[in-house]
Amino acid sequence: MNANIESIKKEFNTNVLEVSTLHNETYLTVKKELIVKMCDYIYHHLDLPVVCIFATDERKIDGSFKIHYVFSEARDDSFIILRISIDEKNPKYPSITNKIASANWYEREIQDMFGLIPQGHPDPRRLMNFEDWPAGVHPLRKDFDIKTKPPRVDGEYIYRRVEGEGVYEIPVGPVHAGVIEPGHFRFSVAGEPIINLEIRHFYTHKGVEKLFENISIDKAVFLAERISGDNSVAHAVTFCQAMEKIAGLNIPPRANHIRTILLELERIYNHIADIAGIATDVAFSFGAAHANKLKEDVLQLNERVTGSRLLRGMNTIGGVRRDIGGSKDEILLSLSIIQRDFRKLMEHLSSTPSLMDRIETTGRLYNDIAKGLHVVGPVGRASGIDRDMRRDHPYAAYKEFNFKVIVSKAGDVHARTIVRADEVCESVGLIEQALWSLPEGDIRVKVDKIPDGYALGICEAPRGETIYWIRTSGNKIERCKVRDPSFCNWLSIEYAVLDNIVPDFPIINKSLSLSYSGNDM
Amino acid sequence: MTVEDEIEIMGQRLNDKIRNIFGRSLHIREVDAGSCNACEVEVNALSNPIYDIERFGLHIVASPRHADMLLVTGPVTRNMELALLKTYNATPSPKLVAAMGSCACNGGIFGDTYASCGGVDKIIPVDVYIPGCPPRPQAVIFGLMVALDKLEQKIRKKEV
Ligand code: SF4
Repeated sequence: MNANIESIKKEFNTNVLEVSTLHNETYLTVKKELIVKMCDYIYHHLDLPVVCIFATDERKIDGSFKIHYVFSEARDDSFIILRISIDEKNPKYPSITNKIASANWYEREIQDMFGLIPQGHPDPRRLMNFEDWPAGVHPLRKDFDIKTKPPRVDGEYIYRRVEGEGVYEIPVGPVHAGVIEPGHFRFSVAGEPIINLEIRHFYTHKGVEKLFENISIDKAVFLAERISGDNSVAHAVTFCQAMEKIAGLNIPPRANHIRTILLELERIYNHIADIAGIATDVAFSFGAAHANKLKEDVLQLNERVTGSRLLRGMNTIGGVRRDIGGSKDEILLSLSIIQRDFRKLMEHLSSTPSLMDRIETTGRLYNDIAKGLHVVGPVGRASGIDRDMRRDHPYAAYKEFNFKVIVSKAGDVHARTIVRADEVCESVGLIEQALWSLPEGDIRVKVDKIPDGYALGICEAPRGETIYWIRTSGNKIERCKVRDPSFCNWLSIEYAVLDNIVPDFPIINKSLSLSYSGNDM
Repeated sequence: MTVEDEIEIMGQRLNDKIRNIFGRSLHIREVDAGSCNACEVEVNALSNPIYDIERFGLHIVASPRHADMLLVTGPVTRNMELALLKTYNATPSPKLVAAMGSCACNGGIFGDTYASCGGVDKIIPVDVYIPGCPPRPQAVIFGLMVALDKLEQKIRKKEV
């Protein structure tokens, strides 16, 4: 047992009711009254971030709901999971948001989905159940039928208000001017500078977690691919990894190499798309056209190699469904051309003063805020958070390869652009290594039945760490918690835009590269 | 045939149709009614230098008030239903609606649940369905041509 668990046990001795370890996950069942203290201790004293908080409805087993708090320990690739029990008759528990800011949305999500009330939460408004949902509708409770159509009721969402002379509000969305996903932004401005921004999302809430409980396991991979479309591979791989962990499967090395290649191809086209978006939003059309063409080149390469422009349908529980070893030369050749052009593009961008002027010092996300909100992925790394699941909780074949985790301290749009650009080059390097060392052998192991159990899956998507926690029972999914990186990152935009001018908002938004669908689910 | 050649041929046909019917260009407003965002990836691809649909007289506009056609993606979530209706009502008639992607066609993998209404035609009338998950850019262009044929038929019927 590792040192951190020892010190938790020492600190809280009799309050830890039960300890069980499965793979690299240690579950500590603790008293709910002590949860704030314990989380505070692990977060502030042991310095481990909370990567996910989720609930399960176990009333059928022991008449209670459970809430899980997942802490990640990068040093020895393990997870500490605190678990509290909440009685159905007294559906309340102490909120930890006042101590750990990143718990904010998780607790509100649990309130909407399970009807468990975080007592003392500083902002207990609804999140995904809009105000026109009747009270008492909690879709993830087991006795809620997925086909229910709750009636619409009256109700209004109250935005935070900024008052003062010359302050006015600009509402934007949910239907935007560009081809982007729906969400609402409420700016309070005085002149051009933004004094306050409040985001309101969950317009694209599609009931994904409930759907997982209602479809067969072989279909579930396809659903995972459709949670955040441009991160299809990452979601599919994370899902499969959790399932494979439950089943105790070791997938063939060749499949792990192929997964790594797919994950990095996805990262490349996403990062290039983000850079294209930034160029578009500063009206630098030449750069945007160039970057968009490069992205299209990658999408076409994807299609030639896998049959899908977005690399869909490749992953399955137990490995991959199609061998791409035959396309080795084609991938290497195309990538070398793409990388050469990409380098030229980046040189061009960084020598264009009108672009640099718009992105340097713009949309600064300070390290302490990023850390407090647990901002993940390239956005976090551009604000000095040295975290990358590929290194910290290695999966697929990443352990075997050399790559650099790119970190920058500046935290502005420029830093985020550079981090992405450098990551593209690292990704190309990873794909080359994976192709050169592609092991012979099968690409999948057959899986007939998934045993009962539970496990975490984790992966570094282009947007950052993606987490699944799955519990299976009777070859069906009992519960599937999905945590997309955007769920962590969205709130950071409220801080990154402060004191910036409204016209810079689109650039900041693009540089944070946030998924609405992955967030809303 | 390369993608570029394919697009050139399809694009010219599209352009002829648009000119025939509108005598100008076709203005499209894209509405995401709850998609997974992959459909948006492909709509965005239509504007990249390879497809560049603008040169064939297709223009993606910023407001439904400027649009001849709504290109709707996603299964229409409960939370987007009213926004989609408002957008539809804000679009001047005569208008076309294209449902893009399996989700928009019939709810796709998200189906009909507490959070999703199913296809776009549950909420607003749809003229053309473009299947695919997501449809390739070529499929979207083809779908738009079918929509234009339908419009032409509609106009002819009125004239008769
Ligand atoms: S049709 Fe497919 S790609 Fe389009 S929104 Fe639905 S799931 Fe996503």
